[in-house]
Amino acid sequence: MPSLQTVWFLLIGLLFIGYAVLDGFDLGAGIVHLFVARNDAERRSVLNAIGPVWDGNEVWLITGGGALFAAFPLVYATVFSGLYLAVMLLLGALILRAVSIEFRSKETNRLWRMAWDAGFALGSALAALLFGVALGNIVRGLPLDDGGVYRGGLAGLLNPFSIVMGLLTLGLAAQQGSSWIVLKTEGALRTRAQRTGVASTLVVIAAWLAATGIAWFDSNRVFDNFARNPLAWIGPLGTAVALASMLYAYRRRQEFLAFVLSSVAIVGLAATAGATLYPNLVPAVDASRSLTVNNAHSSDTALTVMLVIALVGMPIVIAYTAFIYWKFKGKVQLDEAGY
Amino acid sequence: MDVVQLSRIQFALTISFHFIFPAVTIGLAGLIAIVETMRWRTRRDVYDRLSVFLTKLFAVTFVIGVVSGIVMEFQFGTNWATFSGFVGDIFGAPLAAEGIFAFFLESAFVGIVLFGRNRVGSTVRWLAGVLVCLGTTISAFWILVANSWMQTPAGFKIVTDANGVSKAQMTDFWQAVFNPSTLPRLFHTLAACWVVGAFFLMGISAWYVLRHRNSDVTAIALRLAVIVAFLGSGLMFVSGDLQTREVQANQPLKFAAMEGVFHTEKGVALELIGLPPSQSGPAAIPPLAIPNGLSAMTNLDPNSEIKGLDQEPDTSLWPPVTLTWMSFHLMVGLGVLMMLLMLFGAFFWWRRSLDSSVWWLRFAVLAIPLPIIAVELGWMTAEVGRQPWIVQGLMMTSKGVSPGVSATDVGISLIAILLVYALLFFLWIYALTKEIGRGPEAAPGVVAGPAAPVVAALPTAGQSGEGN
Ligand code: HDD
Ligand code: HEM
Ligand code: HEM
Repeated sequence: MPSLQTVWFLLIGLLFIGYAVLDGFDLGAGIVHLFVARNDAERRSVLNAIGPVWDGNEVWLITGGGALFAAFPLVYATVFSGLYLAVMLLLGALILRAVSIEFRSKETNRLWRMAWDAGFALGSALAALLFGVALGNIVRGLPLDDGGVYRGGLAGLLNPFSIVMGLLTLGLAAQQGSSWIVLKTEGALRTRAQRTGVASTLVVIAAWLAATGIAWFDSNRVFDNFARNPLAWIGPLGTAVALASMLYAYRRRQEFLAFVLSSVAIVGLAATAGATLYPNLVPAVDASRSLTVNNAHSSDTALTVMLVIALVGMPIVIAYTAFIYWKFKGKVQLDEAGY
Repeated sequence: MDVVQLSRIQFALTISFHFIFPAVTIGLAGLIAIVETMRWRTRRDVYDRLSVFLTKLFAVTFVIGVVSGIVMEFQFGTNWATFSGFVGDIFGAPLAAEGIFAFFLESAFVGIVLFGRNRVGSTVRWLAGVLVCLGTTISAFWILVANSWMQTPAGFKIVTDANGVSKAQMTDFWQAVFNPSTLPRLFHTLAACWVVGAFFLMGISAWYVLRHRNSDVTAIALRLAVIVAFLGSGLMFVSGDLQTREVQANQPLKFAAMEGVFHTEKGVALELIGLPPSQSGPAAIPPLAIPNGLSAMTNLDPNSEIKGLDQEPDTSLWPPVTLTWMSFHLMVGLGVLMMLLMLFGAFFWWRRSLDSSVWWLRFAVLAIPLPIIAVELGWMTAEVGRQPWIVQGLMMTSKGVSPGVSATDVGISLIAILLVYALLFFLWIYALTKEIGRGPEAAPGVVAGPAAPVVAALPTAGQSGEGN
């Protein structure tokens, strides 16, 4: 039996993976929509493809944050206060895109719509990029001082590895968004989305290789678990297989399969990140200051209560979320309720 | 200014802003659930149009509530890291539970309510409306659990870890959840939100009547709103009274500051209107007061003793008296004002002249912001009255901030938030006035019923613009 802490490490991983897969496609839709949607009707098709579900997708992030607070309060406190300005920027990006989605359709004025379209793209891209930069810094290890505090500021977060990781998540979101648009639309829009999908997969592969290379020269700790435990290889291998098959599925016009494979690639990369981290949650440059599943967790009482909450709640959540996606299945029709 | 002060300002600003929107959406969600139920039962077209109209107002408010809520979720970590480490064992669980039990539910079924009306049958549509209402209520419950635990902590012990850092640890989940102030606070806050929603709809319908844009829809909307506003305003006194007693029992210093009682005495008067007291003593001109009123109200004995601020000799542990007194008295004052409006409303309804009482209708329009202001004042009473503690009796606010965050960082974020929120507020008002200007008449006639769920005439959903 894995310990309660390890169970929570996995569960929080699942929440963030759920976020990456689901919000990944609506962030991605924002990132690519300026390239794939050429006129107002196409823009609205893209928005309607995510309209009913993007808010629910974002709840995975909110719940992940809450669960992190509950299960590993020190990690929640250290990461969010340490990355203060980056988090504020991320919040700004999330606000910008939500508001852009909501307010675009309030006026028919061209300039008004262009401005909100730009906001939707900018907010989505910035958010996707920042997630990767933050993840990159965590995987790489934060320079925590003896009080366990990161004092490097915003500039300290900008290093080659993290920037490449930012491009990786940006590419992943764009790929996920493209495959969602391919799934939900028809005609020229769909064709262009397939092209951005392939292009972003190339970005993903390049960034992934670059990140691996930099990590190899930078800090070998990242590879420790891969040497120790063959199970760790499931993540990277699964990702490679999924990406290759996805390109093939596009060619066979198997839209749904392509979306699933894109999602599998995200899960695989997240598993890879998890495998480099465990048992650390926030590795420190000075390893004795690292926050791990063994020194940053809440009491057994709290973890047990949370486990009950999760086991009761999440199956219900997944059931009605599936119901909602089922209800909105199929290609977007512009004559329906929407933006 | 130092990090503590800036973080406090930022927290007060962001939470006060956030709470405007849940207050409106909780209230509107309740009204939508009622109207949807009537539509579902009667299959009358009026209810359908009213429900669609309410949904539009709900949608623009909801989105601002969501984005400002995300800021809240992460702000405990960004600005109050020491506090987060101290309370995480207990405080995190309600936040996670809120996500799992409330936000998922709410956001999933908001999707149906806004976009899926024509994809589901009449019953599922009704159910979606009810579930959104349930979701907002559950979210209020869990967040208020978190807040109430900070006011009246229970079900925990203090432990010190290997590094000498102490923190609160959960010993009994249910005691922590149902701590002494949870239920009174939930009751009072939910009632307040219903009042906010009802005054909102009442004011809007009154405006249509004044503008001669009344229709079958506004007639029903006005009456529904008046009923809920009337009952809700009454509930504010009942629940407020319970709240006050709870505060007196559990946070006696806050109670003394609210009522402006400096010295422990028998037969204390109830202050009604006047200048606020200062931090060190009562106002120079004594306020208008009912002799022995406070003693009579709190202990049902006009000569009973009331503990004053002097029960705590260390004045540095007193809350800001002036602000607590003022926000409390203004909240109660607004409550009285709103009750008066509703008494007149009930009178005109009884006289069958609700739609022709021009002055009353005008006041109803002007009264839209009153409950929102009262809600904000109520929170100021609760939160300012708890100072200097961030967790009552356990942790000082000044000790709760993030060690690694500088005053410059918070300064930058505070200014950015101010600008962004000003813009959001403006956008909200703009979108509301636009929807209200367009009116419920613009909604399409949709025949509801299981056999013919929806006709395909459309622009329906909350966000649909002219472009549709
Ligand atoms: C429509 C809004 C509204 C109105 C008319 C009132 N309140 Fe209120 N009040 C609130 C909305 C509110 C609130 C926003 O919901 C608060 C903030 C914290 C809380 O639990 O509820 C609150 C707090 C609050 C507190 C502080 C609780 C604490 O410190 O923990 C007290 C003692 C009262 N109220 C009492 C009253 C009384 C006696 C009222 C008489 C009319 C009254 N309120 C009207
Ligand atoms: C779960 C709900 C809430 C929690 C956990 C919470 C928590 C806090 C915290 C941590 C502070 C510390 C900063 C400080 O002391 O200044 C604070 C202050 C404050 N909060 Fe709350 N709060 C909650 C709800 C609200 C709401 C809904 C409002 C208003 C709409 C509000 C209004 C304020 C104000 C005005 C302050 C500033 C008090 C002062 O600095 O003197 N709070 N609250
Ligand atoms: C008494 C205080 C509060 C109540 C009753 C409340 C209630 C709500 C409600 C009903 C919503 C749904 C969106 C809307 O209707 O506008 C919402 C949104 C949100 N609130 Fe609050 N809130 C309170 C304070 C807070 C605090 C202190 C936090 C921070 C932990 C918070 C976090 C959130 C988040 C993250 C969302 C977005 C959820 C979504 O996407 O649906 N809220 N809140």
